[in-house]
Amino acid sequence: MEYLLIIIGAIFVNNVVLSQFLGICPFLGVSSKVETAAGMGAAVTFVMAISSIVAYLVQYYILVPLGIEFMQTIVFILVIASLVQMVEIVLKKLSPSLYQALGIFLPLITTNCAVLGVALLLVQKEFNLLESFVYAVGTAIGFALALIIFAGIRERLAINGVPKSFKGVPIALVTAGILAMAFMGFSGLV
Amino acid sequence: MSKLSILTKGIIKENPTFVLILGMCPTLGTTTSAVNGLGMGVATMFVLIMSNIVISLIKNLVPGKVRIPAFIVVIASFVTVIELLMKAYVPSLYETLGVFIPLIVVNCIILGRAEAFASKNGVLDSALDGVGIGLGFTLSLTLLGAVRELLGTGAIFGQQLFNADNGILIFVLAPGAFIALGYLMVIFNKLTAKLNK
Repeated sequence: MEYLLIIIGAIFVNNVVLSQFLGICPFLGVSSKVETAAGMGAAVTFVMAISSIVAYLVQYYILVPLGIEFMQTIVFILVIASLVQMVEIVLKKLSPSLYQALGIFLPLITTNCAVLGVALLLVQKEFNLLESFVYAVGTAIGFALALIIFAGIRERLAINGVPKSFKGVPIALVTAGILAMAFMGFSGLV
Repeated sequence: MSKLSILTKGIIKENPTFVLILGMCPTLGTTTSAVNGLGMGVATMFVLIMSNIVISLIKNLVPGKVRIPAFIVVIASFVTVIELLMKAYVPSLYETLGVFIPLIVVNCIILGRAEAFASKNGVLDSALDGVGIGLGFTLSLTLLGAVRELLGTGAIFGQQLFNADNGILIFVLAPGAFIALGYLMVIFNKLTAKLNK
């Protein structure tokens, strides 16, 4: 039950993009087509799930015993960057078809602040290992959900007349605002 | 490029928020009030200036292949410095900005300037570039924070201008961030298009 609450909270109530403002760059950048949005969502889910476990282990088995928690930011970003690199290499070797599907999105993920943000948040929230994993997966699903819904809306926007000054990012932002308003309806659910 | 144009280009011509559209996460996430926007802008500016200086100094020592990880370590070090400084001297601001302080590391503006400017130019030019782009970012964040604070609570920098009950609460909440930034961008586009005519 507790895990269900974490996962629903992470997907709907505190949606990572629409209420916590993490991962806005890919949200605006790769959301013009539904397929690419789904690919990006899958890649982020994959990396976030692994990085949450690694971040947990690094925090409680390396940083805390050595008393160097203040090195958290530096260590986490390096761990995540090398992890993404490693996932890319392993995936290329083990599952070429999955690599084909996710490959182009992987390098982009290092600069996705949602991945580092989740690693930092799960330490801040003092989750245990399983809770961290569930939270990370829930957040990633929330990210994918927001991205796919938004891509669907943007596909429609592209074929509609938009005033010249609103073209591109401004109209996307206003649309995202309305989508965020819709997601506010979930608050109080958990 | 003259020193003055390096310093001023970040404010309008290459404004990181409205023109380059970089660093959107802190822009949307921390601007619930003008003071928070200003605080985030200044923290980012500090990291930007210091990392630009250090990277322009070490640019010839770092082999090309490992430059990105090396830049990230430099940036992350200065982020840790500002994190500890803020925790010590402005704990309340540190609490409100929360996770966005360590997330300055992944702000694309900083790595972008390191890669595009500091790794190719001298120390003084890189420092000026950091000041210019940092100022542009700080001004945009403060403006967005002020607009949201005014519309949401009827105050600017905590100075009450009209009754808070008449404020539109949505503007200090998440959806208001997207909508306010979208409309500010439209106004910015319109004004710069008029200036360029």
